[in-house]
Amino acid sequence: MSDLLYSEVEEDLRASVRDLLKDRAEPAALIARTETAEPYDLKLWRTLAADLGAAGLAVPESLGGHGASAREVAVVMEELGRSVAPVPYLGSAVLATSALLATDTSQAEVVEKLGKLAAGALVGALAVPLSTAPGAEFPSTVTAAADGTLSGQVRSVVDASVAELIVVPAVGPDGPGLYTVDAASAGVTVTEAISLDLTRRIADVTLENVAAKQIAGSSAAVSALDTALLTAAGLLASEQLGIAEWALTETVRYLKERYQFGRQVGSFQSLKHRLANLYTDLVNARATARYAADCLASGDDIAIAVAVAQARNSPIAVHAAEEAIQLHGGIGMTWEHPAHLYLKRAKSDEIALGTPGRHRAALAPLIDLPA
Amino acid sequence: MTTPQELKQRVADLLAAYPPESTPRQDFLDARFDAGLAWIHFPEGLGGLNAPRSLQSVVDKELTAAGAPDNDKRRIGIGLGMAAPTILAFGTPEQHQRFLRPLWTEREVWCQLFSEPGAGSDLAALGTRAVRDGDDWVVTGQKVWTSGAHKSQWAILVTRTDPDVPKHRGMTYFVCDMTAPGVEVRPLRQITGEAEFNEVFLSEVRIPDAHRLGAVGEGWKVAQTTLMNERVAIGGAEFPRDGGMVGVVTETWRERPELRTSELHDRLLKLWVEGESLRLVSSRLRQQLAAGAPGPEGSAVKVAFSELNQAASGLEIELLGDEGLRYDDWTMRRPDGVNFLGREAGYRYLRAKGNSIEGGTSEVLRNIIAERVLGLPSEPRIDKDVAWKDLPR
Repeated sequence: MSDLLYSEVEEDLRASVRDLLKDRAEPAALIARTETAEPYDLKLWRTLAADLGAAGLAVPESLGGHGASAREVAVVMEELGRSVAPVPYLGSAVLATSALLATDTSQAEVVEKLGKLAAGALVGALAVPLSTAPGAEFPSTVTAAADGTLSGQVRSVVDASVAELIVVPAVGPDGPGLYTVDAASAGVTVTEAISLDLTRRIADVTLENVAAKQIAGSSAAVSALDTALLTAAGLLASEQLGIAEWALTETVRYLKERYQFGRQVGSFQSLKHRLANLYTDLVNARATARYAADCLASGDDIAIAVAVAQARNSPIAVHAAEEAIQLHGGIGMTWEHPAHLYLKRAKSDEIALGTPGRHRAALAPLIDLPA
Repeated sequence: MTTPQELKQRVADLLAAYPPESTPRQDFLDARFDAGLAWIHFPEGLGGLNAPRSLQSVVDKELTAAGAPDNDKRRIGIGLGMAAPTILAFGTPEQHQRFLRPLWTEREVWCQLFSEPGAGSDLAALGTRAVRDGDDWVVTGQKVWTSGAHKSQWAILVTRTDPDVPKHRGMTYFVCDMTAPGVEVRPLRQITGEAEFNEVFLSEVRIPDAHRLGAVGEGWKVAQTTLMNERVAIGGAEFPRDGGMVGVVTETWRERPELRTSELHDRLLKLWVEGESLRLVSSRLRQQLAAGAPGPEGSAVKVAFSELNQAASGLEIELLGDEGLRYDDWTMRRPDGVNFLGREAGYRYLRAKGNSIEGGTSEVLRNIIAERVLGLPSEPRIDKDVAWKDLPR
C-alpha cells in the first residue's frame, strides 16, 4: 500500500526549506522584487539548490544527486508553493532534471549536465510551452538540421530567462529528438514575456542554427519528454497544495484578528463555513498530492495518480487563493498584500502542464469511462 | 505486545476447536468473543486482548479466508460503533460484563435514543425527563430518527435530569431496556417510502440506577464520546477505487453507451476524481490512526462524502433519462439499513438526501471544523448561562 504520510526525514527537509524561505522570501520583499531588473532571486536559489541540496533530491548519488525520490521533491514544492519564492525550481530541478534523468544516463553529456543541475551549479529549462500536458503530441516548432543544429521558436518556456542549459525537443530528419543547448551559444535568443505569474516567469526561446547535442532520439526522446511532463505535473500538485495551505492559514489568521460589527469576523457562520470548505479541499489536495508523489517514487499507478492530482488540486489552489482575496476584503485586492501573488501563481499553475479538463480527458480511457 | 504471528496462532487455535463448517454460527461468534478475537483492542475478558487496533485486519483476514462466520455489521452497527465504545469508557465492571458480549455476538441489538423533535443538531437542548425514584429513574419524553428501534433490545439514551441548570450541565446518560413497559416504537416513513427510522415514545419508563452510564449531570460528556466514535466510524470507512455511489454510475455508464453525452462525461469524470481523492483521504486517515496520530479529518470526510453521494445519485437519474422518471416501488418497508445497491436510481437519489443530515448535519460539522480544527471563534451564545427551563422553544 502506498504511504500517504510524511516521513521524519521529509519533515526535517520541510523544516529547513521553510526556515530558509521564511528568512529570505518575506512577502513584502517578494512584491518589491517583482518590479526590479532581477525578478528571480538567484542567491536564494543557490542556497536552496546547492547548500540545502534541494536541486538534486531525485538524482541518484552516482550521478551527483542525493538519491532521494519524488516524495522529497514534492515536500520542497509544497514549501515553494507556500512562499511563492521566485526561484527556477520547477524549470530546472523538476522539468529539465526529469527530462535528462529519463534519457540514457550513461552518456557523458547527460552525466555532466545532470551533475551540475543536481549540485545547483547550473540552471536548466525544458523548451516546451508551460501549458503542455503529459501525453501531448511531440512538439515540432523546433527542427534539427542534418548537421545537428537547431532552429525554431518555443513560446512560454518556464524559467528560461535565467536558464544556462536548455533541453530542447526538436524534430530532425530521423524524427523526434531531445537535445541540450548552452543558452549562451550563438543563435539563442531568450525574450522574457510579461507573465501573469509575477514570481515565476515565462520567456520565448528562439533558436537560429544553434549548436546542440542529441541526448535521445525517436521513441526514447518521446518517452523521455513525456516522463518529464508527467513527473512535473504530479509534483505541481504539491505546489498547489502549498498555495492552498498558505491561503487557508493566512485567511484564518486574518479573520481572527479583524473586527466588524463588534465581533471577530471569523465568528460569523457564513465565513466559518467557507473556511471549513477550504479545509475539506485541503485535506483532499494533500491526499492526492501525496499519492502522486508516492506513485512517482514507486513507479506504480503514475498516470492515474497524476491525472487525479492535477484535476483535483488545480481548481482547489485557484479557489483557495480567490477565497483568500474575497475574505480579506479590501486589503485582499491591493498590490501591497501578497494574496495576489498566490492567485497569479495558482491560476498559472492551473494552465501549466495541462488544465484540469485535459487531465480528466486523459483519465477517461485509463479508468474505462469512454466519452 | 501482541504480534501478528501470535494473533494468527490464536485464530488457528480457534478454528481448530470450532471448525466453521461444523459449528453453528452463534456458537462460533461466542467462541470468537471468548478467545479475545472479537475486537482485539478491547480488554481481555471483554472480547479483546488489549492489542493494537491496527492488527484487527490480521484476524479478520485469517477468519475470512477460513470461511468463518462474522457478525452482521449492518444489523448491529450502532451497538458496535456507538454503544460499545461508550460503555467501555464510562461503564462499571458489571455493565461491561452484562452488555458487551451479547452486543458483539449479535444476541442483543442496540439503538440510539438521542435526537428529539425539538433537539436535533442542538442535541443538548433535549427535553426527555428522567426523575429519580428510589433505585430507579422514571423517564418520559419522545425521541426521533431512531434506526432499528423496532428490533432492538437495548438503547443508549440521553435525558434531562436537571432543568434548572444550563442545558449542557443537566443531562444524564442511561442504557434503556427497549422491552420495558412504557416504551412505544412507531415507524417513521421517509421520502423514499421506507420506514428505516422510528419515533420512540417513553411514558414513565423505569430504568434502574444501575443502568446509568457516567455520573448524574455528566450526560453531555458521555454523549460526546458516542458522537466522536460515530464520526470515526463514518470517516474511517474503507472503500475501493471506483466504488460506492460513483461505482454505481460508472457501471451504468459502461453498460449503456447510448445514454452518454459529452456534458455528462465531464461531470462523471469530476465525480470519479472526487471519489478517488476521498478514497485517498480516508486511507491517509487510517494510516494516521495506525501510526498513533489520529487527525481531525473525519468531519471533513463526512461532509465531502455526503456531497459526493448526492451529486453522483443525481447524475445517475439524469443519465437514465426516461427511466429516471420512474420509481421502483413506494410500498412501505422496514429494511435493516440502507441498501443503495438493492434498489433503483430514484431510491438512491432520495436516500442520499439524508447523508448530509444523519450523523451530524453538514452545517454542524462545518462549525466543528471551523471551531475545533481551525480555531475560529464560536458564534455568540445566548443559551450558555441560561437554565434549560428558561430557554425559548
